[in-house]
Amino acid sequence: MNEMELLTWARGTALNLAIGLFLLGMLWRLVEIYTLGRKPDLAPPRKAEGATGWHTILRRSLSPPGMLKRSPISYIGGYIFHIGLFIVVFLFAQHIKLIQSLTGLYWPGLPSQVIDAVTVVTLATMLLVLFDRINNPVKRFLSTFGDYLAWALTFLPLLTGFLAAKHLLLPYTTMLAIHILSVELLLIALPFTKLIHVFTLFASRWYNGDINGKRGVPV
Amino acid sequence: MNKEETLLDHMEREGMSRRTFLKYCASLASLMALPPTAAAAMAEALGKARRPSVIWLPFQECTGCTESLTRSHTPSVEGMIFDMISLDYQETLMAAAGHQAEEALHNAMKDNYGKYVLIVDGSVATGLDGAYSCIAGRSNLDLLKEAAQGAAAIVALGSCAAFGGIPKANPNPTGAVAVSDIIKDKPIVNISGCPPIPVVITGVLAHYLTFGTLPELDGLGRPKAFYGETIHDRCYRRPFYDQGKFAKTFDDEGARKGWCLFELGCKGPVTYNACATTKWNDSTSFPIESGHGCIGCSEPDFWDAGGFYKALSTPANPLKYVGAAAAVGVAAGAAVSVANRASKNAAKAAHEKTQLTDLEK
Repeated sequence: MNEMELLTWARGTALNLAIGLFLLGMLWRLVEIYTLGRKPDLAPPRKAEGATGWHTILRRSLSPPGMLKRSPISYIGGYIFHIGLFIVVFLFAQHIKLIQSLTGLYWPGLPSQVIDAVTVVTLATMLLVLFDRINNPVKRFLSTFGDYLAWALTFLPLLTGFLAAKHLLLPYTTMLAIHILSVELLLIALPFTKLIHVFTLFASRWYNGDINGKRGVPV
Repeated sequence: MNKEETLLDHMEREGMSRRTFLKYCASLASLMALPPTAAAAMAEALGKARRPSVIWLPFQECTGCTESLTRSHTPSVEGMIFDMISLDYQETLMAAAGHQAEEALHNAMKDNYGKYVLIVDGSVATGLDGAYSCIAGRSNLDLLKEAAQGAAAIVALGSCAAFGGIPKANPNPTGAVAVSDIIKDKPIVNISGCPPIPVVITGVLAHYLTFGTLPELDGLGRPKAFYGETIHDRCYRRPFYDQGKFAKTFDDEGARKGWCLFELGCKGPVTYNACATTKWNDSTSFPIESGHGCIGCSEPDFWDAGGFYKALSTPANPLKYVGAAAAVGVAAGAAVSVANRASKNAAKAAHEKTQLTDLEK
């Protein structure tokens, strides 16, 4: 298999499989989660200031008082790499073209120099966050294989995409194929790892806020 | 032109000055990224060159490669060099036909055994023992094996000879393969492209005449000097790519302003060739300059690489498993949900109420 065949396979058969498995996994997990069911809450809901699902979504997206100082790498690093990933994934013209071809939706992109800069910052931040995870004894103790896997599966597409765009290390064709394949790995793993938070994060924050809000507790 | 006449003699006879010839050698040397001294060496060697015998075998091809070389821009120095090789067998260009042509071929092979350059254009059919493509009752496969034996070097001209090209495209009914799939023991240079750029073949021939060797090749057997960089890297529309300015259709505002054709399916980023620098038709322009994206014709299997008008970042094929995957996913989710409920109900049924007396035990 030469590099062009590899690229065509990555864009064709492999993409087909990856999107299929991604959809299969996501629907499986979402159906499973949303059919868990709860007993009907018969108590009259209480009212308290800031005790709604929407409040919780906002509150938990900000750092709790004092934590920014105590754990700056987690919070600032976390913000930077999440926002960076969002920009790179959704505002790079080539990615928008892919989304358009799959869903018909499109929006304007950013110049590639901006994307390059954001990618470098995001890569550096992800390395720092990984270093902190290994360096900090508490975080290291709490980390499982799944955490490192999720980090690697997120880091690889970003790195290979950057190397491909900048024509580093390997010929562009090969690197682009590797980039696409790494994203496909990410897609397949996403529903079955903690990366599923892409889809469940705000729903679970809303749910926590709402269920506790009915009891008059802002969480 | 007799066999003993050198290239320089011939050029002088044709009214071409030595200065023009030297300029040509200098530009050829710089185009192939050779050191400046190579231009003089090239001029000297080419000037003295004595028409090496070239045998040109056409297999499953469309004559586009021949057209590219002979009609590109005449008269030209490339044309002169082309005149200067002793083209002993080329079905399209030779006056002889039938038995005479076959005789010319066999004489050339015998007289120049071990010395001739074999140019092949077109892919080699291997299906039905090669019966899909025959010349004078013999399969291309047979002819190639025989002609390759006495060749000093083989030039696989065009994407069909180099990589199988269009005959090899799915479903490849004739079992077409590239020259390098059959011949393993001879130096082969792949000059891919559909068709290849004329100056690339003259450059390779000049290099061979000057140094007696083939130029440095890339992983796919192509001369690095011409296939070292992508069309995209050398494209004059590249700044628009970097700025994110893309033509969305072939006649929109972006297209009129000459913006990048990536979204219209340009394969420039994955295509290694010299179109953007040497250009075509006497350096007039190249496909992207004429408003059409690169189709990637100098890459293996470009025909099956997911459609000429699909952007590189989009799926090569329509998604196939979406419906089935969604159905299986929902079914799996529902099955797990049913199992969850069953275990919840079982837990509820097995639940025993704790009495005050239990706590006092």
